[in-house]
Amino acid sequence: MELNELSIKLASFEAEGVSFESFLIAGDKDQEVLQVIVDGNDELPIFVTQTDEQLLCISYLFCEAEIKAELKDELNEALLRLNVPIPLSAFAKVDDRYAIFGALSVNSSFDDISHELVTLADNAIDSLDAVTAYLNE
Amino acid sequence: MSILKKLFTAVRGGAREVGESIVDANGIRIFEQEIADAQSALQKAKKSLTEVMAKEMQCKRKVSALNSSISEHEDYAGQALSQDNETLAIEIAEKIGDFETEKAEQEQVLSGFTNHIVALKQQVKEAEKTIKENQRQLTMVKTTESVQKATMAVNSTLNTNESSMTSARASLDRIKQRQQDRQDELSAAKQLESATNGDDLKAKMADAGIGGSNTKNSDILARIKAKQGK
Repeated sequence: MELNELSIKLASFEAEGVSFESFLIAGDKDQEVLQVIVDGNDELPIFVTQTDEQLLCISYLFCEAEIKAELKDELNEALLRLNVPIPLSAFAKVDDRYAIFGALSVNSSFDDISHELVTLADNAIDSLDAVTAYLNE
Repeated sequence: MSILKKLFTAVRGGAREVGESIVDANGIRIFEQEIADAQSALQKAKKSLTEVMAKEMQCKRKVSALNSSISEHEDYAGQALSQDNETLAIEIAEKIGDFETEKAEQEQVLSGFTNHIVALKQQVKEAEKTIKENQRQLTMVKTTESVQKATMAVNSTLNTNESSMTSARASLDRIKQRQQDRQDELSAAKQLESATNGDDLKAKMADAGIGGSNTKNSDILARIKAKQGK
């Protein structure tokens, strides 16, 4: 599914009691990125990128600089351990930002994608809530 | 070195431009060309495999035809002998000899084909494995590249959008506040609804035993009984 097609479908859709807003962001012309806001939470947008094989959905959680320095190792360890139990999503780091992401096959159905987005949005909020103890005041 | 290992080393070295540092755009094209070449070689190998397999089948058919000819002529020779026709039997035996020579030749050809097929199948299997492996590695490089480009786009969006630059803590607080607001709205709406419906008052009156307009089952039964009594 092309990203602009996904955007159109998301606009007229409400899944699991959740609404979506989405728009393509300006950037590299051969690498489109769709910004998706789930349930009005524009603080934690999901960025959807398509590659040959995968649809990557990434939500940025916090910057490296926000972590309490003395707790950084402990946080990294905790995130590694949480990767398996957390449904559908995994933790990652892109440049100096910690992120949570999910990867789907490009052949996924719209239902699969919307379920992924809803789950990722929930996981992002839950994760942020869980790690605040590790972040600077 | 596998691509993953190269990526790992680059990440450890703190390289930001991971994708570019390992395989530049030109490198990716070469990689893709290699895969394409391997695929066309695979196609050729598969084509010659089907050809050889067809020839093997033909050869097998010939051998089994020769086998039946031999047993048929052995039968004939037996019949000639039982008629005491030694000359005919010898002639038939010569024919059988010809068949056996031809059979031996065909069997040699057949075993050549069979060996060739085993080798070709092995080649196809190996080519398929190589292609799959190369594609997996290429996917890794291309994904790294895509993520990098996407990150650049995301960064420029985040940088122009002030609200997204706030700390994670502040973001979470705002989300929680929004969720709480929504919850409050919902319960307020519920209260309002029950108030306008008069559900509240009715419930209070029912508790006090006032205005119980609902006829009780026993009352209905009594009414019916009274009717029957008439």
